[in-house]
Amino acid sequence: MSHSAPDKLVYMANQIGKFFKSQGEAKTVAGVSEHIKKFWDPRMRSQIYAHIDSGGAGLEPQVKAAIEKLKNAETAAK
Amino acid sequence: MSLVHETDYGTPRSKSEKEVTLTIDGQEITVPEGTSIMRAAMEMGTQIPKLCATDMVDAFGSCRLCLVEIEGRPGTPASCTTPVMPGMVVKTQTDRLKKIRNGVMELYISDHPLDCLTCSANGDCELQDMAGAVGLRDVRYGYEGENHVFPKQDGVANLNWLAKDESNPYFTYDPSKCIVCSRCVRACEEVQGTFALTIAGRGFDSRVSPGMQESFLTSECVSCGACVQACPTATLNEKKVIEIGKPEHSVVTTCAYCGVGCSFKAEMRGEEVVRMVPYKDGEANRGHSCVKGRFAWGYATHKERILKPMIRAKVTDPWKEVTWEEAINYAASEFKRIQQQYGKNAVGGITSSRCTNEETYLVQKLIRAGFGNNNVDTCARVCHSPTGYGLGQTYGTSAGTQNFDSVEKSDVIMVIGANPAAAHPVFASRMKKRIREGAKLIVIDPRRTEMVKSAHIDAAYHLPLLPGTNVAIVTSLAHVVVTEKLYDEKFIRERCDWDEFQAWADFVSLPQNSPETVAKLSGVSAEAIRGAARLYATGGNGAIYYGLGVTEHSQGSTTVMAIANLAMATGNIGREGVGVNPLRGQNNVQGSCDMGSFPHELPGYRHISGDDVRHLFEKDWGVTLEKEPGLRIPNMLDAAVEGAFRGIYIQGEDILQSDPDTKHVSAGLEAMECVVVQDLFLNETARFAHVFLPGSTFLEKNGTFTNAERRIQMVRKVMAPKNGYEDWEITVMLSNALGYKMEYSHPSEIMDEIARLTPGFANVSFKMLDERGSVQWPCNDKAPEGSPIMHVNGFVRGKGKFIVTEYVATDEKTGPRFPLLLTTGRILSQYNVGAQTRRTENSMWHAEDVLEIHPHDAEQRGVRDGDWVRLQSRAGETSLRAQITDRVAPGVVYTTFHHPDTQANVITTDFSDWATNCPEYKVTAVQVSPSNGPSTWQQEYEEFSKQSRRILPEAAE
Repeated sequence: MSHSAPDKLVYMANQIGKFFKSQGEAKTVAGVSEHIKKFWDPRMRSQIYAHIDSGGAGLEPQVKAAIEKLKNAETAAK
Repeated sequence: MSLVHETDYGTPRSKSEKEVTLTIDGQEITVPEGTSIMRAAMEMGTQIPKLCATDMVDAFGSCRLCLVEIEGRPGTPASCTTPVMPGMVVKTQTDRLKKIRNGVMELYISDHPLDCLTCSANGDCELQDMAGAVGLRDVRYGYEGENHVFPKQDGVANLNWLAKDESNPYFTYDPSKCIVCSRCVRACEEVQGTFALTIAGRGFDSRVSPGMQESFLTSECVSCGACVQACPTATLNEKKVIEIGKPEHSVVTTCAYCGVGCSFKAEMRGEEVVRMVPYKDGEANRGHSCVKGRFAWGYATHKERILKPMIRAKVTDPWKEVTWEEAINYAASEFKRIQQQYGKNAVGGITSSRCTNEETYLVQKLIRAGFGNNNVDTCARVCHSPTGYGLGQTYGTSAGTQNFDSVEKSDVIMVIGANPAAAHPVFASRMKKRIREGAKLIVIDPRRTEMVKSAHIDAAYHLPLLPGTNVAIVTSLAHVVVTEKLYDEKFIRERCDWDEFQAWADFVSLPQNSPETVAKLSGVSAEAIRGAARLYATGGNGAIYYGLGVTEHSQGSTTVMAIANLAMATGNIGREGVGVNPLRGQNNVQGSCDMGSFPHELPGYRHISGDDVRHLFEKDWGVTLEKEPGLRIPNMLDAAVEGAFRGIYIQGEDILQSDPDTKHVSAGLEAMECVVVQDLFLNETARFAHVFLPGSTFLEKNGTFTNAERRIQMVRKVMAPKNGYEDWEITVMLSNALGYKMEYSHPSEIMDEIARLTPGFANVSFKMLDERGSVQWPCNDKAPEGSPIMHVNGFVRGKGKFIVTEYVATDEKTGPRFPLLLTTGRILSQYNVGAQTRRTENSMWHAEDVLEIHPHDAEQRGVRDGDWVRLQSRAGETSLRAQITDRVAPGVVYTTFHHPDTQANVITTDFSDWATNCPEYKVTAVQVSPSNGPSTWQQEYEEFSKQSRRILPEAAE
């Protein structure tokens, strides 16, 4: 696995996605965004947001949606 | 100060609740039914003479010294083997008894050397005491006849005499002093459960024999020392006692090795430790210990310990010894410079799972309040962080549910991904004792560990799964429980969310989770999975104990949840004998997690984003805290490689050796501008350090450790720190130099602060621990006595939560280039990265890491036992010696990570648990091929190690 962002972050986010996907479609997006909010430091989050801005390649659709949701919530809070 | 004396009651305590009243020497006494007369007498303060009895083992009745007279009964029965009866009238001292005892002692002494004055047990010998107690004044038989005492008689070799066995590095066996009381043999069987000792021969030929008359070192003996402790004479004696003499005072303290947290008496002469003796009142170990805790403390005075602070500008420079002030100021100014230059978040720290709660708490406080960020993590990241997450989600607390005593009530014990016989030996002994009493055992482990089969232990089921298939197996066990309707509906309806249970039950019932399907991917037969599930669900009290074989996987957290589900579904939670119990690796890894060492949570597992909690700490600490989570260890290293993280304060942790993917760790450390290592030795991480702050050992400090059963126990200082300061004092100095004021005059004040800010610790104080010995958190107004068992009347989180656990295969896959799976573990004599145990005689048992490989795989590769082999993975390669064994299945290889020259973690990869980033140590695809010796990389590493450890001689004044 590559050590460098964003590859590694994409991998990690998809890994989280796989777990929450198994909890049921309805819970996936909320589960992933809450997990990332709780455990990723701001720098990692901003790196994955930047990756989303440049297309979000490699991210599973629901994971991408979860990160977008989180990003929008954070932007709105600022 | 004086020695802490513990009363030997002669026979174990009876646990009966029924009471019996009898009369001994005219005095009435009431004791539990099943108590021996000997013990009843001792409880009223009368010591009946005895030699073969001691309360750590069952009564045996062989020495014939403890005889008593009982009204209405003929003869003189042994008081150790005779239980009390209501109304019994006993006399412990009569003319007849005196005569018999005197005669017995005379016979003993007629075959025992009379070198008391120069004997190492002088003053600490029960034979000597008993000769005095029975008034023995004369031995009429002389020494001319047959005896075991003299090597030669009349110039002719005495064939009954045996030479001293000094093969064990820590104790000697002198057969000439043996009275064949068999206390050692029984201690080995009953307490330790190894059965290494026996009495060979009969009558006058009877001898204590390790194995088949082998030396102690080459026998099955695991050197736990229970025999030495049990021996009433100098026959089995600590070499330190022989060397130094008898201790004069002792202090009760807590072992600094594994998460069992054994309580010890440190027996001292001045500031010199003479021996460590397990403390009977210690509730974690109940008077037992292992080879590490009892014997392997010599590292504390090892010549390689660094005692002076050192600094260097570049890691290629030699170290320069400096004053404490200079070292602290240099570290502080570097951290400040880095923060100014690269931002507040460019520094962080790692708390130690080997240090005390108080020390760990201070390091995280320094980082949050002094550095002003949350970049704090701890070694639990790489071991039990999935436990914290998984049990937190399902039950609501990040800890095991039971106390160790609970195992005495278990009927079925399931051990998953753990080898307690090697890693938690004292608890393993207690577990084995219960299994010998009839409890059934299920072991889920890729290897056939000592737990699967050893003396009088034979697992009912061993599920030798392919590494990485834990979730599939545990979910499949649940499949059987649900589809065969073996679940505890009443428990689930009362204590869990029924709808969640149903959703979970639907999931586990899917054909993909059936044993027949899972058999194909795990390599475990469907019958074994079904059998194990049925046994666990229907065999009575079912207890699960698990280790790093569960957590250190891509799906570590998922397996923890699967285990939690299984226990809930079968109602095995909330009482004695059941539960879900992580076996914690390091002495204070539970404590370091409790103390807020994780970047996302404050002490007491409360998320940093919670305003109320954060404000509580802000008010107490007088600062504003960052509300965003900080970096975890792997994230710190990634950030360092990217240039965003430049400085780190590491207390008592060797991440370069212990963390996965060594090359990535070293790249991260190399990229940093200020690495501060606080440790006892120049560990591997210190190769990349700029500041070295010498740490103190557990013998040199006051504080508390919290063991795997949430038990908070005192660590007490028995000698002044050789480096000058206890570790918490060093953190205080660093914090003050950074400009964040800390003022503590004693660690008890730090505990008071912890108690003030952490609800689960609210009633904990040093005073309380001094009075009570230990307490299990939560300990507050709701649970003033502490909490031996958790979730008794319901789960901490409210309703227990069933979580769907879908198996996802790891991306670390075997293929043509890397066809084997490597998994890693520990062995008994070494501890973790080995920094301590490698600096003791324990290395006699394990001088190097070896690669266990199945004969089939070895033959295919032309590898013979003892050959050097090259071990390669996608991450790197190393070389070590092969050991051919069928303990591992074909396709699986195994090694330990105790030695830096092996560098097993060069091989392990960067894959990690999805929830916590706990590394996947337990699954690495590898190839094994013959090799000529250490790899080039190992040789370069060795050379660099030497270079990086140079210390400049002090400049002449």
